[in-house]
Amino acid sequence: MGGLVTLFQAAVVFGTVIMFGCIGETITEQAGNLNLGVPGIMYLGAISSLCAVYIYEGSCSPESPASPLICILIAVPTAFLGAALGGLIYAFLTITLRANQNVTGLALSIFGSGVANFFGGSLNTLAGKFEQVSVPVSSSAFSASPVSLIGDLGVPGQLFLSYGFLVYVAIILAVVVQYFLHHTGAGLDLRTVGENPQAADAAGINVIKNKYLAICIGAGISGLGGLYYVMDYIKGTWANDGSIEKLGWLAVALVIFTGWKAKNAIWGAYLFGVLYWMYLYIPGLTRASQEIFKMLPYVVTILVLVIGSMKNSRDKQPPAALGQAYFREER
Amino acid sequence: MQEYKNSREPLIRLTKRDSMPLGSRIVVRLVSVVLAMLVCAVLIYAITGINPLVVYRTMFEGAFGSKSRIWSTVKEMMLLSCIAIGLAPAFKMRFWNIGAEGQVLVGGIVTAGCMIYLNKLPSALLLPVMVLCSILAGALWGLLPALFKAKWNTNETLATLMMNYVAIQLTSFFVAKWENPYGSNTVGIINQSDQKGWFPQVMGSRYFFCVVLVLLLSVMMHIYLKYTKHGFEISVVGASENTARYAGINVSWVMIRTMLLSGAICGLSGFMAVAGASHTISVSTAGGRGFTAIIVAWMAKFDAATMLLISLLLAFLQNGAGEIASKCGLNDYASQMIIGILLFFLLGCEFFINYRPVFRHGKKKEVR
Repeated sequence: MGGLVTLFQAAVVFGTVIMFGCIGETITEQAGNLNLGVPGIMYLGAISSLCAVYIYEGSCSPESPASPLICILIAVPTAFLGAALGGLIYAFLTITLRANQNVTGLALSIFGSGVANFFGGSLNTLAGKFEQVSVPVSSSAFSASPVSLIGDLGVPGQLFLSYGFLVYVAIILAVVVQYFLHHTGAGLDLRTVGENPQAADAAGINVIKNKYLAICIGAGISGLGGLYYVMDYIKGTWANDGSIEKLGWLAVALVIFTGWKAKNAIWGAYLFGVLYWMYLYIPGLTRASQEIFKMLPYVVTILVLVIGSMKNSRDKQPPAALGQAYFREER
Repeated sequence: MQEYKNSREPLIRLTKRDSMPLGSRIVVRLVSVVLAMLVCAVLIYAITGINPLVVYRTMFEGAFGSKSRIWSTVKEMMLLSCIAIGLAPAFKMRFWNIGAEGQVLVGGIVTAGCMIYLNKLPSALLLPVMVLCSILAGALWGLLPALFKAKWNTNETLATLMMNYVAIQLTSFFVAKWENPYGSNTVGIINQSDQKGWFPQVMGSRYFFCVVLVLLLSVMMHIYLKYTKHGFEISVVGASENTARYAGINVSWVMIRTMLLSGAICGLSGFMAVAGASHTISVSTAGGRGFTAIIVAWMAKFDAATMLLISLLLAFLQNGAGEIASKCGLNDYASQMIIGILLFFLLGCEFFINYRPVFRHGKKKEVR
């Protein structure tokens, strides 16, 4: 029982990082842009928030200690903006300059991981004697859970109420985005742009504006995944080990797994988390065979992708114009 | 009645260019490289206060400062362009093979496996076996997504992307299996004592054979894409699948055949990376080159010579930045940041090659 609870908790914490990434990428892909820069965007969100709260906490003295609320108020917008800026570069190149989406996305991934690890490494150097940067106030603000505030509630409390607030924000965001995309006029416009930009343009929908907004806001939301990773998952520090990159690609995989529906990200992300951590709970695995188990999320995604295309089921397909640049004068 | 709010001609209108002369195309690209370097210089100065000229000079020394450094830059360039050569036919067909990273890794895994298990064979026999195995492994890794695409029209960008991570985990599995010494979680240099399965040393460098191999491949790929029936079929499928079908081309078969070739060459790059360069296998055997090579192949428009040139530029940045890291106290990842900025500019400049802005009060030209 205890093992199952910890597995579930690990899966939720892991899943939240990729859920943010997946929700953001879903918005982007619904507008017809395949942004392979998700890892880079998550990196940018992570590092900009970390830098911001590092400066803030550094400016506080023991007499006027850093306030957790202000830490949150600084970190969330900076993560969103840093990531949205990355999205803006991608949007400008692919929409206005009509560069290829896949290639631009990959370039953004290289750029984002370069920027983040450059500054992250520099922060670690600045932190000096401890060898690693730390932002204790922000980290505890982000990982403070309802249980830690209202007391122990037994197993249900551990299962559902033992996480930082961003876990719940992610779930709410998934519901909101699902509602927006599938039950509002603006969401319908956005999906039309992704399905058939020519028709959308003819119907008077501003294709360019919709795409720009979807990419920048989507990138911002993906960036919150980076924020959650750096503040809660690794407790407010920085490591140049490339793990955000792996998580970013898993977020892209999750978009496929969910069939481009944000609501499915809620259980899909946790399922990926369970698949990812399962090796710890299977007895008799050697260090080598653990690695085979870590393959599971990717293999499952490939299967979902293939089965989805085999059945040709309409609700499991990518947006029809995904990955294609739109140029009005072209037919 | 709908009123036309915007009845005036917009300020800037874009028209597609037919083709730009080679000279101006080169000028546009050079300008974008220079602009990128300027932006990087400003950025470096703003962040660190180090004179950017010093940084660039140090980079140049780091990449070309001595014989061994030149060879190391050449090695990097060859590995990158070998993968790009493999990707070129797939991309020309508009088949988004994002899976080079994985294809390189499986090629590397079987190469390392051959070196470990078959080291009783004489070198003259071992090397061909390694080549064959790595080609087969890479081709298999490329074949799977192609089959899915041909049969069920599965999105190949996403399928190949996921295959990368299956290959990465597979690599981790074999690294843990073959680790040497025990507990280090690395494979170590394979066959250090007898150098079985290593590329022989020619002209004072182990990388000489890499250069020969890649140059040979690039010439062959150039001929294959430009002057053979296969190459023609690839470009027709790339331009329009429907046209290809109408012309009686078996699109599925062309797709499968081309991906077999693409995966095979990427697998061969893995062989080169293991047998010719690092003599070990790890997740960083591919080290993101599979992704960078995609950008190289795309920007070079599949032209072999241009691919070599862009690879050289990137290899220079990579090795140069390592030198900065140690000399100026900058972080290693500065190179990735610089490469990213450079790529943005190179991608953006394509726009000015493909399109021409027309201003409203320019020449009075008839519309339509």
